[in-house]
Amino acid sequence: MSLVLQDVGLGVPGATVLDAVSLTLERGTLNVLLGPTLSGKTSLMRVMAGLDRPDRGCILLDGDDVTGVPVRRRSVAMVYQQFVNYPTLSVYENIASPLRIAGLPRAERDARVAEAARLLRLEPLLRRLPGQLSGGQQQRTAIARALVKRASLVLLDEPLANLDYKLREELREELPPLFARTGAILVYATTEPMEALLLGGRTSTLWEGRVTQSGPTAEVYRRPNTLEAARVFSDPPLNELDADVLPGLAPGAARLGFRAEHLSLGPPPPGRLGFEGRVSVTEITGSESFVHVDIGAETWVALLPGVVDLPPGQAVQVHVHPSQVMAFDGAGQFVPAAEQPMAEAVA
Amino acid sequence: MKPRDDRAWLLVLPVFAVVLFSAVLPLMTVVNYSVQDSFGNNQFFWNGMGWFRELLDPTSELGGRFLAALGRNLVFSAVILAIEVPLGILVALCMPRGGWQLAVTMVVMALPLLVPWNVVGTIWQVFARADIGLFGAAVNGLGIDYNYAGNATAAWFTVIVMDVWHWTSLVALLCYAGLRAIPDAYYQAARIDGAGRWAVFRNIELPKLKRVLVIGVLLRFIDSFMIYTEPFVVTGGGPGNSTTFLSIDLVKLALGQFDLGKAAAMSLVYNLMTLLVCWVFFTAMTQLDAAREPTP
Repeated sequence: MSLVLQDVGLGVPGATVLDAVSLTLERGTLNVLLGPTLSGKTSLMRVMAGLDRPDRGCILLDGDDVTGVPVRRRSVAMVYQQFVNYPTLSVYENIASPLRIAGLPRAERDARVAEAARLLRLEPLLRRLPGQLSGGQQQRTAIARALVKRASLVLLDEPLANLDYKLREELREELPPLFARTGAILVYATTEPMEALLLGGRTSTLWEGRVTQSGPTAEVYRRPNTLEAARVFSDPPLNELDADVLPGLAPGAARLGFRAEHLSLGPPPPGRLGFEGRVSVTEITGSESFVHVDIGAETWVALLPGVVDLPPGQAVQVHVHPSQVMAFDGAGQFVPAAEQPMAEAVA
Repeated sequence: MKPRDDRAWLLVLPVFAVVLFSAVLPLMTVVNYSVQDSFGNNQFFWNGMGWFRELLDPTSELGGRFLAALGRNLVFSAVILAIEVPLGILVALCMPRGGWQLAVTMVVMALPLLVPWNVVGTIWQVFARADIGLFGAAVNGLGIDYNYAGNATAAWFTVIVMDVWHWTSLVALLCYAGLRAIPDAYYQAARIDGAGRWAVFRNIELPKLKRVLVIGVLLRFIDSFMIYTEPFVVTGGGPGNSTTFLSIDLVKLALGQFDLGKAAAMSLVYNLMTLLVCWVFFTAMTQLDAAREPTP
């Protein structure tokens, strides 16, 4: 079973929401949609679900055109950023609601709800109302509702964004295996590059309604093939510079970029590219430090281990290995480096 | 401990003075009347709890009259609530979600709310007249005998239709605000579940409307329980006593018959009933809020 989007476009008056999106999602895979707010993640999910009909292009399910088929007649489940449950129904009735509508016999319904409640640790809460639950429990109820349906397409739209840090980590680990066992196509939208990397699977980066790159998550991270994909998939932001600062590194390149973890502090050792600048601000988390350095008109971030406490205005030298520098041409497309083929980045 | 500063009381004093002269002292006069009898000439005689005993005894003339007016009033409130609340919800569900259509709808719906009570009464008094009223003449022209001045059923019909015309907008606007507060994700989730229109209303919209509906019912009940001006202008409480509600009866008693003692006792009981109803609703609302708190 597979879901194929071909050249899908969607617009609202005065703006393009989705622009020629083509994607192939295979059964049993986890697909991350990574992009900033308003990049089209939710719109794309709505089109996939059949909630909205695209203006252009078509959607194929196992080779059948389902573009115009309404959501009611598709096998879809969705979890939202807000905790969406029926307020007057108990947790049990909430989880059972899609099965009731589908008209499943009582025994089968009870068994499925019991299984989902066990997997999401909701068993002691089955008789409560959603208003009597914590945020994490409410979202687990919504996830259980999506799970019991055994839908072939499961859409998770930033499901953990409203949860606190600890719960987020816990649920992030639990979610993919839960749905993977059902063999569903799992789609997970997020704004956070780190979340995409932790989830693994495949990632598609979105930028202004376009899918800029699609592939195995680690590969997309290591080898973004457009400048926009590199920007979307970098946190802290991509360190950038104009290509004419380093002529000969990559012929035809207009813009160079590398990630914060590849920028080091100190005088450049032989074979590395050195720059001079001034510290603008330092953020320290304890295990690592983010040193923001002004280099000419650009501001770069160096992600350094441990506590590095530098006062603002301090003159510093920074350096990066040429193999970590990615080059992009005027249209933002990836350009290979000149002399030495770009080595695989060491994470 | 913080040093006490009693100067703030100075700022509250004017309010106390206003309340004293506008509410407390007049009320005390009423209390004073309620325990006395008067034969005019400003002569009063002590009557103790006599009026209250008579008022609460349905077999007496005063008690029977009070009970009848109270019954009419409760039936009136029940009927207008049974019409205005479902109708208000229905109107709110049908209202446009935005654009100029919404602006037009809002203005049209707010219009009856802005018309003063006695004007509403006058409009319907003329509109429903059997001889020259557009509505009344049209109904009679269809062969249906309709005359609110002579027929109790027609009078009740007129008074109820008038109240529905005047106040359904209030319920509808409250419900509209409540409906707009429901996030789109709920409707989406219901669509994905395959839930029908009725299920969406029953399981999403109605529960989310509960709080505004409680407020709407409270406002409409209290208002209809105290209704005076509109039926007084249209029917004057008639024909006979058929549309004599509590407040109309009270005015008849106090200013028509000048039975000050009976009227004072009646207005105190009436006042206590209104307070009791407010307390019941207030408790119900706070209980509703408490039920929403997550239990640990």
